[in-house]
Amino acid sequence: MTRLREVQDTAPPHARNAGMPLDLGLVAAARVNRAAAERRAASLPGRRSVKKDAQAAWLLKAVTCIDLTTLNGDDTPGRVKRLCAKAAQPVRADILERLGMADRGITTGAICVYHRYVATAVEALKGTGIPVAAVSTGFPAGLAPMETKLREIEASVADGAQEIDIVITREHVLTGNWQALYDEMRAYREACGEAHVKAILATGDLKTLRNVARASLICMMAGADFIKTSTGKEAVNATLPITLVMLRAIRQYHQLTGQMVGYKPAGGVSKAKDAVMYLALLKEELGDAWLNPDWFRFGASSLLADIERQLEHHLDGAYSALNRHPIG
Amino acid sequence: MSVSEYFDTMDYGPAPESDAEARAWLRTHAKGFGHYINGGFTKPAKLFDSVEPATGALLGKVSQGGKADVDAAVKAAAKAQPAWAAMGGPARARKLYALARLIQRNARLIAVVEALDNGKPIRETRDIDIPLAARHFYHHAGWAQLQETTFPDHDPLGVVGQVIPWNFPFLMLSWKLAPALALGNTVVLKPAENTSVTALLFAELAQAAGLPDGVLNIVTGDGKTGALIVEHDGIDKVAFTGSTAVGKEIRKATAGSGKSLTLELGGKSPFIVFDDADLDAAVEGVVDAIWFNQGQVCCAGSRILVQEGVAEDFHTRLRARMAKLRMGNPMDKCIDLGSLVSPDQHARVSGMVDAAVKAGATLFQPDMDMPEGGSFYPPTLLTDVQPTAEVACDEVFGPVVVSMTFRTFDEAVQLANHSRYGLSASIWSETISQAMDVAASVEAGIVWVNTTNVMDAAVGFGGVKESGYGREGGKEGCYGYLKPKAWAKLPMRKPLTRPTPSGGLKLEAIDRTPKLFIGGKQARPDGNYSIPVQSPKGDKLGEVGDGNRKDIRNAVEAARGAKSWGQKTAHNRAQILYYLGENLSGRADEFASRIREMTGASAAKARAEVDSAIDRFFTYGAWADKWEGAVHLPPMQGVALAIPEALGVVGVICPDEAPLLGFVSMVAPLIATGNRVVAVPSAAHPLSATDFYQVMETSDVPAGVLNIVTGDAMSLADTLAKHNDVDAVWAFGAPELSTLVEEHSIGNLKRCFVDYGRQVDWHNNAVAEGEVYLRAATQTKSIWVPYGA
Repeated sequence: MTRLREVQDTAPPHARNAGMPLDLGLVAAARVNRAAAERRAASLPGRRSVKKDAQAAWLLKAVTCIDLTTLNGDDTPGRVKRLCAKAAQPVRADILERLGMADRGITTGAICVYHRYVATAVEALKGTGIPVAAVSTGFPAGLAPMETKLREIEASVADGAQEIDIVITREHVLTGNWQALYDEMRAYREACGEAHVKAILATGDLKTLRNVARASLICMMAGADFIKTSTGKEAVNATLPITLVMLRAIRQYHQLTGQMVGYKPAGGVSKAKDAVMYLALLKEELGDAWLNPDWFRFGASSLLADIERQLEHHLDGAYSALNRHPIG
Repeated sequence: MSVSEYFDTMDYGPAPESDAEARAWLRTHAKGFGHYINGGFTKPAKLFDSVEPATGALLGKVSQGGKADVDAAVKAAAKAQPAWAAMGGPARARKLYALARLIQRNARLIAVVEALDNGKPIRETRDIDIPLAARHFYHHAGWAQLQETTFPDHDPLGVVGQVIPWNFPFLMLSWKLAPALALGNTVVLKPAENTSVTALLFAELAQAAGLPDGVLNIVTGDGKTGALIVEHDGIDKVAFTGSTAVGKEIRKATAGSGKSLTLELGGKSPFIVFDDADLDAAVEGVVDAIWFNQGQVCCAGSRILVQEGVAEDFHTRLRARMAKLRMGNPMDKCIDLGSLVSPDQHARVSGMVDAAVKAGATLFQPDMDMPEGGSFYPPTLLTDVQPTAEVACDEVFGPVVVSMTFRTFDEAVQLANHSRYGLSASIWSETISQAMDVAASVEAGIVWVNTTNVMDAAVGFGGVKESGYGREGGKEGCYGYLKPKAWAKLPMRKPLTRPTPSGGLKLEAIDRTPKLFIGGKQARPDGNYSIPVQSPKGDKLGEVGDGNRKDIRNAVEAARGAKSWGQKTAHNRAQILYYLGENLSGRADEFASRIREMTGASAAKARAEVDSAIDRFFTYGAWADKWEGAVHLPPMQGVALAIPEALGVVGVICPDEAPLLGFVSMVAPLIATGNRVVAVPSAAHPLSATDFYQVMETSDVPAGVLNIVTGDAMSLADTLAKHNDVDAVWAFGAPELSTLVEEHSIGNLKRCFVDYGRQVDWHNNAVAEGEVYLRAATQTKSIWVPYGA
């Protein structure tokens, strides 16, 4: 098993993961005990709790880490523009004012759309500084011809996408073809150029937590900037035990190489309370350096609305309603 | 801090649980708490302070119980017991069920008071202690419901005295009360003097719920009060959880009294990490093992044994994890550790750590925010510790873990078992064959595979060696609160009158004075003295060796060396028991006439004794592969195995009567279940046992499995009871023999199986064989194996 060393220097912010040669020893040594992971995840909400002003701050942090997402067959430019407007002003101005956060430039982390709407979103977000992320490589199954997938990435980058969310070929994990997975990820990373690449593992398809750990390590070795749980289309999406395993893989990779990799849970995080637990788990397993949109994103569509309600409740002590906050 | 500052720092901030209701309840007892006796509270008297460990503030005043209080409590319990038992299982089940519901309805109040009183985090009382306490009442309500069908041959013991510790005040109360009450006993319970308040809260709630008067009595006070309960003549059973030192005192104080005894004592439990473990899971396991309840847990995994190749990696991860632990006020919902229970405990822990560091250990304590005041002690990892260090051998009972390395599987097991304690073990390996092999090899009452410190009412809890005996929880735990009906009626044994020597001789033609039988060979007694064996008329029938303490030493060594007996298959052991029976039957006439010579029994009676002895071998041959365990059903995905294991080396003092059958009845269940035996045959009639040497020699009994030392029963019993490499003693004979054995068993806390001078009719199968003996010959090991791909 590869020895871990204690890393003294943390990579400077925004430094991209350069990857490393494929280390199959590291992959072979990966062990995950599901019962233990579930126990840790289950005890966390009892161990960590954030209240009052701290809770409001954490929820606003969560807002800044949201990849506000629409990935539906019935998307249209109008729908995407509406979402972009919400991304730029995710929380009512009066609420931010009362929280003392009006001048902090609170926006979501990004907008996440299919390639077809990248240009629309880039146009709508001009001047906001909010990046556009495109799901790519034959999302969600990822089984299009390799050439098609690479061209899709290039097209999105050409349209102005700054982030590309690729999907891995699950077959490579399920058959233990680690070299193929590594090569695929390398090719995607190269095709992305300057755009940051998030590797969607589709953890619900990988089934075992050990597979999740191994796929995480390979994608990081091959240069993924972020590792992401799911497309949102699998039967099981982001969960705390899966998150635990992926965060520990990120930590292991960081200790080994000194390089930070981001994490994005996607699908299934829709409640403010859940969002706080993800942030807490991140804080516990990786540390405060990861608690910002450079290194952490939620792939979510309905989470924001719940957070808005909780923020208003924090201020007024009365439970809020969805229709009191502008729709996205 | 403002929202904006929190946004930048992403600190947690305080998350306080309200203590308003708990304070309001405490205020209603501002004048002090009395004892709860016979359904009512006594007037508070001889008050002492109960202090909040986290702040040092006064929580309440509690009464110091004296003799009159204990007398009143025992009297009330004794008076209530017949009706409580006669009410029947189903009726008691409803009462137990009501108590479970009552705990759930008042869960938050109990949890908050408990956290204030003990200093432990509200998370633990709220999420673990109190829900598990309720679960104990639910589970045992079930045993009450099923008692008449599941334990038809057993009665409740009567009045039970229970003395519980301060580390889990309310959970331990439930853990003790639920089985005792469910099975028809009544109780006098003493909580620890530091933490009496939730017990009194429970009494108040139980009173309101209509628990009959006298069924539950709570007397508060310090160790002196506990001793009054333990030594009280009206107590039929003592159940104690606490330190090994006090456990030994209790064993001594109750020796020969006939009180049933369960001791759940200390530990220095190994936490074994193999190189194929999920290391991050194991690190989290350490958090649960030693930083749960500030390490004030008897089964805490306080001794890490990590495979050398991954030790550095593991320690690096562990130190990083420790840096994330948070310590604070018990009422904060965002902490991992609260306060130790008292300044005394703090002084003890810091003293042991300082001594370890002075002796060369490397100390790691994370840089963390420590609350002001109170008895807070930081989580502590000691590396570079050798097994010779005090801190590696003795229980710290605090948030302190030592870590040592091992090279091989064998060495891991050897290091794990090299301890006077044997409460629990936690094993971390993703290879099931390896993990289960350790689980089988480790000397512990509770084994956790890839998990730690999980407990449940359905699974037996308790230790081996100096961690105590008896099990709590599950079916195995129920037997600790029951007695076999058949045994209750046994008459007192009439002492055997030894004839005065007549001077006559009835020697055989050729002298065949038997030697001792040690390690598969006949051995001359160390002292080279012999003692005469007489017929009832006083004629000298022959001589046997006068064994002494050195012969016992040699026999125990031989038995210790025959370890492989326990590892043989049960089928294999059964074959040998059948073979013993078969070879005995081949010489039945000879054995019968020997019995006649020694005892003067009629031919028919002597023959019947031989036939019963043959039968008994067959019975235990039959049992050998049927005395099996169970798979418990705790609320988890996984299995919890309950496996009966041999005790080890057992000394047996045979009764004077029934020279062959008494000997066989005691020895056969022990060897059937994998024990090795050093037997002292009937002192008056030893020749049946010495004749048996030849039967053993022709029956493939491996050397050292069954050793026989003839001689004076009391002095040999004394040596066996004091021998610290003997795991148990069975002694049937005079009442003084029982007292002697129990009193002298405390060196290593042997399991004792004695008759208190009661006469077993060895021809009556209901009392002379079966489960009572098998249960005494084994102890249950609980192995928790959670699973999930």
